[in-house]
Amino acid sequence: MRVTVDQDVCCGSGMCVLTAPDIFTQRDTDGIVELRTDTVPPSHEDQVREAALLCPSGAITTH
Amino acid sequence: MTEAISTTPHTALTLPTRRHDPLDPPPEFDRIRQEQPATRLAFPDGHLGWLFTRYEDVRAGLADTRLSSHLPRRTSPVRITPLTEEDIEPFANDRSLINTDPPDHTRLRRLLTGQFTVRRMRALQPRIDQIVSDHIDAMARGPRPVDLVTVLALPVPSLVICELLGVPYTDRADFQRHSATLLDVTSTREEILTAIRSIREYMGELVRSKREHPTDDILTGLVHADAGGQPLTHDELVAIGVLLLIAGHETTANMIALGTLTLLRDRTRWEQLSAEPQLIPRAVEELLRYLSIVQFGLVRYAKERVELGGVVIQPGEYVVLHLPAANRDPDKFPDPHTLDFHRTNTHHLAFGHGVHQCLGQQLARVELTATFTRLTSRFPNLRLATPPDHVPMRDTMVVYGVRELLVDWDD
Repeated sequence: MRVTVDQDVCCGSGMCVLTAPDIFTQRDTDGIVELRTDTVPPSHEDQVREAALLCPSGAITTH
Repeated sequence: MTEAISTTPHTALTLPTRRHDPLDPPPEFDRIRQEQPATRLAFPDGHLGWLFTRYEDVRAGLADTRLSSHLPRRTSPVRITPLTEEDIEPFANDRSLINTDPPDHTRLRRLLTGQFTVRRMRALQPRIDQIVSDHIDAMARGPRPVDLVTVLALPVPSLVICELLGVPYTDRADFQRHSATLLDVTSTREEILTAIRSIREYMGELVRSKREHPTDDILTGLVHADAGGQPLTHDELVAIGVLLLIAGHETTANMIALGTLTLLRDRTRWEQLSAEPQLIPRAVEELLRYLSIVQFGLVRYAKERVELGGVVIQPGEYVVLHLPAANRDPDKFPDPHTLDFHRTNTHHLAFGHGVHQCLGQQLARVELTATFTRLTSRFPNLRLATPPDHVPMRDTMVVYGVRELLVDWDD
C-alpha cells in the first residue's frame, strides 16, 4: 500500500500521528502532516486506513 | 417523552433540550434520528433551518466547507438573550478560529497547530502529571466531603492553559466567572456585555504586556508571529486569546467532573478502571463519545446550496449538526447507550470534525488520561456524597457538565 498526504488541506489535528506514529509525523513549526515513509508495510495497513478515516480534513489518501 | 413528534415534512421541530437521564441526550433524539434524520428546525429567533442527527450526515456536514462557520447572525437553536446591532458592533469584527472559514481560518489555525502537536502535548505530560498530583494530594489532605469541581476538575485544566498561554493563574477568578457567563444561555444582556468587555479588556492588556515583555508562552509567540507575511492585528490576538482561554479550561473541566459522576454512578466502572488502568485511554474516548458535552451541537450557515442527508439546504439557511445525537447513532455505534470501554470504534465526533475539529484535543486527552489515572489509583473507593439525582447539572450551559460534585472516600 502507498499513502499520500495533502499538506494544503491538513488542519494539524494530530489524529494520524496518534493512530499510526510509524508512518505520520507533524512538522514542529506548524503541526502539518509529514510522511515518515510513503510505502506502508503490510503490518501497518490497518493503522493507515484508520488514520485516513479519522483525518478531519481528508488530507490522507491510500493507494 | 410524551411530546409528540410530527412526521409531516412541513412541520418544523424545536430542538429538544430536556434530558430524562442527566447522562443521556434528550430521549426524543432516538426517534428523530430514525424518523426524521434531516428535518426542518424552528430556531427561537424565527429562522427556519435544519437539524441533522445521523452520524454520517453530521460528519459530512462538518467536513463540508460550504457550510460556513462565519455566521452572519447570532442565530442559536436554543433560546438566547438577544443583543442589538449596537451591542455587537464593538466586537462584530472579532476574528478567531471558531468563526472563520478557509483561507482566513487556515492562516489563523496554522499559527497555533505547531503548539498543539501530539509530540508537544506528550512533552507536557510530566508537568500535567505534577499538576494533577499536587491537586489530588491537597484534596486528600483537605476536608470532606469535597466538591470535585472546585478542588480538581476546574483548577487542573485552568492551570495548564494558563501556563501554556502565559496567563497569570492568579487572575483565574475573574476569567472563570466571565467564561461561565458567556457559556450560559440564560445570562442577561447586561451580564453578557459586561463579561465580553471585561474579558476582552483583560486579554488586551495581556497582549500589550507580552509585546513589551516577551515571555516563553503561546500568547507571546502569537504577538510576534508572522502569519504569511502579515502579523496578527491586536483584535485578532485578543479574540484568539479569549477563545483559547475559555475553550482550554471549560471543556476539559466538565469532562473530568461529568466523567467522574458517570464512573461513580455505576461504581463497577470506577472499580474497573482502578483495577485496570491500562483501559483508561480507551475509557477517555468512550466517555467523550458517551457524554458529548457540546450539548446543543454545532451551528453552520449555508453559503450555497448543499445536499445533505437527502435534503437540499438553501443558501442563507442555518444548520444544526447535533454531536450528542450523532454519537449515539446505533448505525455507527452498536448499543450506543451503553458505556463500553472495549469499543473498538473510536470515530466519535465529540471534538467535531472537519477543519474546525478541536485544536486542543490532544491536550484534552493527556489531561483526562492523567486525571482519571491518578484519581482512580489514589481513591479506589471514591464515592458520591449525594444521591446521583441530586447532583446539580449545567442544563443551560453550552458546555454541559455538573455544577458541583460532592465526593467522599474511606482512608
